[in-house]
Amino acid sequence: MSTDPHLWLRHKARVSPYEVAFWIAALIVPYVLLPKYLALASQIAIMATFCISLDLILGYAGIISLGHAAFFGIGAYAAGILSARGWGEPLSGLLFAAVVAGLAGWIIGFMIVRVQHLALLMITLGLSFLAVEVANTFDGLTGGADGLLGIDTWKLFGIWKFSIWGHTSYAYALGVSFLIFLLCRRLVHSPFGLTLEAIRENPQRTTAIGVANRRHLQWVFTLSSSIAGIAGAMLAQTTKTVSLESLGFQNSAEIAVMLILGGTGRLYGAIVGTIIFMVARDQLSGMNPKYWYFWIGILLMMVVLFMPRGILGAMQRLAAKMSRS
Amino acid sequence: MNALETRKLDKSFGNLVVAQDISLALPAGARHALIGPNGAGKTTLINLITGALKPDAGEIFLGGHEISGLPGNARAKRGLGRTFQINTLFVSLTPLESVALAVCERLAVTGKWLASLARRRDAIDEAFDLLSRLGLAKDCTKPTRDLPYGQQRLLEIALALAGRPSVLLLDEPAAGVPTSESTALFDAIAALPEAISVLFIEHDMNIVFTFASRITVLVQGRVLTEGPPDEIARSPEVRAVYLGGAKHG
Ligand SMILES: Nc1ncnc2c1ncn2[C@@H]1O[C@H](COP(=O)(O)OP(=O)(O)O)[C@@H](O)[C@H]1O
Ligand SMILES: [Mg+2]
Repeated sequence: MSTDPHLWLRHKARVSPYEVAFWIAALIVPYVLLPKYLALASQIAIMATFCISLDLILGYAGIISLGHAAFFGIGAYAAGILSARGWGEPLSGLLFAAVVAGLAGWIIGFMIVRVQHLALLMITLGLSFLAVEVANTFDGLTGGADGLLGIDTWKLFGIWKFSIWGHTSYAYALGVSFLIFLLCRRLVHSPFGLTLEAIRENPQRTTAIGVANRRHLQWVFTLSSSIAGIAGAMLAQTTKTVSLESLGFQNSAEIAVMLILGGTGRLYGAIVGTIIFMVARDQLSGMNPKYWYFWIGILLMMVVLFMPRGILGAMQRLAAKMSRS
Repeated sequence: MNALETRKLDKSFGNLVVAQDISLALPAGARHALIGPNGAGKTTLINLITGALKPDAGEIFLGGHEISGLPGNARAKRGLGRTFQINTLFVSLTPLESVALAVCERLAVTGKWLASLARRRDAIDEAFDLLSRLGLAKDCTKPTRDLPYGQQRLLEIALALAGRPSVLLLDEPAAGVPTSESTALFDAIAALPEAISVLFIEHDMNIVFTFASRITVLVQGRVLTEGPPDEIARSPEVRAVYLGGAKHG
């Protein structure tokens, strides 16, 4: 008996009950059960969006980046500076950040799509260093090492104030993250998403069937940079500050760690990895930071060695095994 | 007008001359075999024609239009299909997805990032039909890496055919396929649409003499001789360099 190809493809893209349950829990748990952790929950939603942007290029298209925080930081500074200079409307701030970060991604993209392997790592790494230096140099605009101050985020839709309790912040961060997630989910189940995976698997073959590899890669890089910029903008708007670190190597490396922990090329891996990393760091923050990195280092090695598809991938395998037996 | 024509192609890797003065012409519907010992430059010639390699000199024409300056993907879009000597597949994607992608590219929809792949019924039906014709329908929703080798060779052909090429270049399509699986492959080659011009590299002389209406013998990057199969089989030159030592000699 052969499979119905239409059913199979639709089944692959269907919305599972776990997904629905996850998003309902994401809305309810912080507000109802853990109101003290709303600020952390906002940061997790923001970083998960950033992590998903990395998954698009790394997990789907196979572009390994060690400098993706550059776009996160560009978005943060774009929204932050706009606000500090007098326009604090949050949604237009996001749009502005998305355009600026996307434009930066498009320009850098010309280089990115022409290199691979070590050169790619070095270019993205260099990008991170460069971004920090540029932001530091223009300290009149960015506040330099002191950070960008004077950000004032206006009421959401003119109604809800971004208070210190974080109710508005979390609704905002979760809402924007959810919309971006939906967009990315659509993308990965589109012909374009399939093309990205194919380029990752075998660029020689995609060329032989007529695909313009570079054009596709540049477009996804632009989109991913734009999403990273939106995440950065949300952080600037909700924490009302931007630091040089947001652009830097550590932020780039940490987001890659979160993605690899959760599992690449599955969107939810990015979310799971971000939750595990951020919650663990919050819970262990009493510890000496050196120890925190010690444990993260161990965890990372274990995951890469024993769960090549990340924690979520391992969980899915386990669930599949149990349902078969 | 020829479906495919090369004029005086030259290519060297450092001191190693792998193509010298190669002029070939394939009329529409040709079944043209390219034979020659290992290292003769057969794969290199295909890479030059498809744009995977840049020739040092010479021109290439597809359907009368010069394509020498075009990048590889643009040549494919103009109707130049190929398979690879060593499997060059999307191993973690399924054959269904792989062929659907190739169809989507032909329909110029791979840039659509907000459309649903599952709703491209036209592309999916066409991909499934093609897979069925090649006997690949049964396992077309398994990851490609789990398919038997012979089926992977067939998928190579399916990917090329999905682009509806006018010229098809097959690089040792049966290489390494166990005899138990080779019938399906021969059938696939025999069933290629007549309108397609096929240039195929093959070591198995049974296949060559079954399918080819013309044969070019390549030795050390040069065309030794070219002609219809019976003439090639009789040529003492060819027997000396190529068939002489081989099992069919
Ligand atoms: N990219 C390359 N760089 C250097 N030498 C190559 C390259 N590709 C092929 N060659 C050499 O060119 C010669 C012809 O190779 P190839 O075209 O693969 O031969 P065939 O397909 O006829 O067996 C061989 O000696 C091979 O080692
Ligand atoms: Mg070869």
